[in-house]
Amino acid sequence: MNWGWLDRNLDTVLEDLSEHIQIALVSLLLGCLIAFPIGLIAYRWRAAYGPLLAITQVLYTVPSLALFVLLINAVGIGQTPVIIGLTIYSLVILVRNLVEGLRAVPPDVIDAATAMGFRQTRRLFAVELPIALPAVVAGLRLACVSNISLVSVGALIGTGGLGQLFIHGFQIDNPIEIWTGIVVTIALALALDLLIVGGGRLLTPWTRAVR
Amino acid sequence: MGETFDWLTSSEQWSGPAGIPARLVEHIWYSALGVVIAALIAFPAGLLIGHTGRGSLAANSASNFWRALPTLGLVILVFRIEPLSIWPVIVALVVIAIPPILLNTEVGIRGIDPGIRDAARGMGMTGWQALWRVEVPLAMPLILAGLRSATGQVIATATIAAFVGLGGLGRFIIDGYSVRDIGEISGGAVVVALLALTVEGVFALLQRSLGPKEGRRRPRRVSGPAVQPEEVHA
Repeated sequence: MNWGWLDRNLDTVLEDLSEHIQIALVSLLLGCLIAFPIGLIAYRWRAAYGPLLAITQVLYTVPSLALFVLLINAVGIGQTPVIIGLTIYSLVILVRNLVEGLRAVPPDVIDAATAMGFRQTRRLFAVELPIALPAVVAGLRLACVSNISLVSVGALIGTGGLGQLFIHGFQIDNPIEIWTGIVVTIALALALDLLIVGGGRLLTPWTRAVR
Repeated sequence: MGETFDWLTSSEQWSGPAGIPARLVEHIWYSALGVVIAALIAFPAGLLIGHTGRGSLAANSASNFWRALPTLGLVILVFRIEPLSIWPVIVALVVIAIPPILLNTEVGIRGIDPGIRDAARGMGMTGWQALWRVEVPLAMPLILAGLRSATGQVIATATIAAFVGLGGLGRFIIDGYSVRDIGEISGGAVVVALLALTVEGVFALLQRSLGPKEGRRRPRRVSGPAVQPEEVHA
């Protein structure tokens, strides 16, 4: 193992890391922004959920490298195909969790809220969404960790991020570079996961109330 | 679009050791090998953990690490151990396929209503009989979901493995990329996507026909676990 490599190339690793974070988080954010209205529509109009789920499942099945490559045709090379691909994957996970979370809200709770005079929209934001929040957080965690792991695949089509360490480490036969990439990717995923879990707890104080 | 169509329909792609049929067979062979070996390890382990309830926490925390594992890095890392052989890459595919099969089997078995288990024992079944004739069939929808998820990830990872020189459909994407042949790149991607979708469809049919009979009329919530482990993409 050539430990000196890590010392000399720390800047490169940090640069790859920041690009990795950027691509993963931009995709996650876009996924959230699109998933929210779609999820609400699928929840309100039940008939829309079946076909919507089928379409997203088909998109989700396409292997990542194939999806990125097909997107190059449409949007050219660079970060864009990877960001769009990861947005699609995040979207599928988030819509599913949002709808399942909203559907699991007990009917009595909805009835009680209605009886207290909540109108549909206010009830949704003040009662149903907060109760569905743990399911949404679970979806966010899954989408986030999956994005972090998949950004590396983009390196095969020239996108930056920690995947560059794999490609370069392979080309110059440098195991420390490959290991660095793997360890930093896993550490990044776990760190962001902790942030999401922490954020979720702050937003749902009632789930850890002392009984 | 035009280049892709031309590439897919030109006759030279459809014959020889580097043609689409040969690459497709290779891809299916690697994937099947990976999933079958993984199932041979993960299915008994999942049954054991689910049945005894021991080791569940360890299995779940290990899966957290596994989800974050970048498949490209893993493939490259194992390839270095013994280049020019397909076995390191098969090992990587097995590593990727084990967690979804193991976790789904474990959750499926653990989530069975203890009353059902007691009833099976009360009818005079031994522990093994209860496991094989009652618990495994009840957990079958989840076990199949795990196999389905694992297979999808293995097909995707086998595509990536073309980077280190493995055959299979990923060759078209990697080779096409190195010579900037857009027709070959997207033609290869289309074939990979079709393979993944076909396999997904086969599993959907299997899940429908092998699930417990009452599961067709009512949701399987009655005996299955309330929360299904999520699928993860590769």
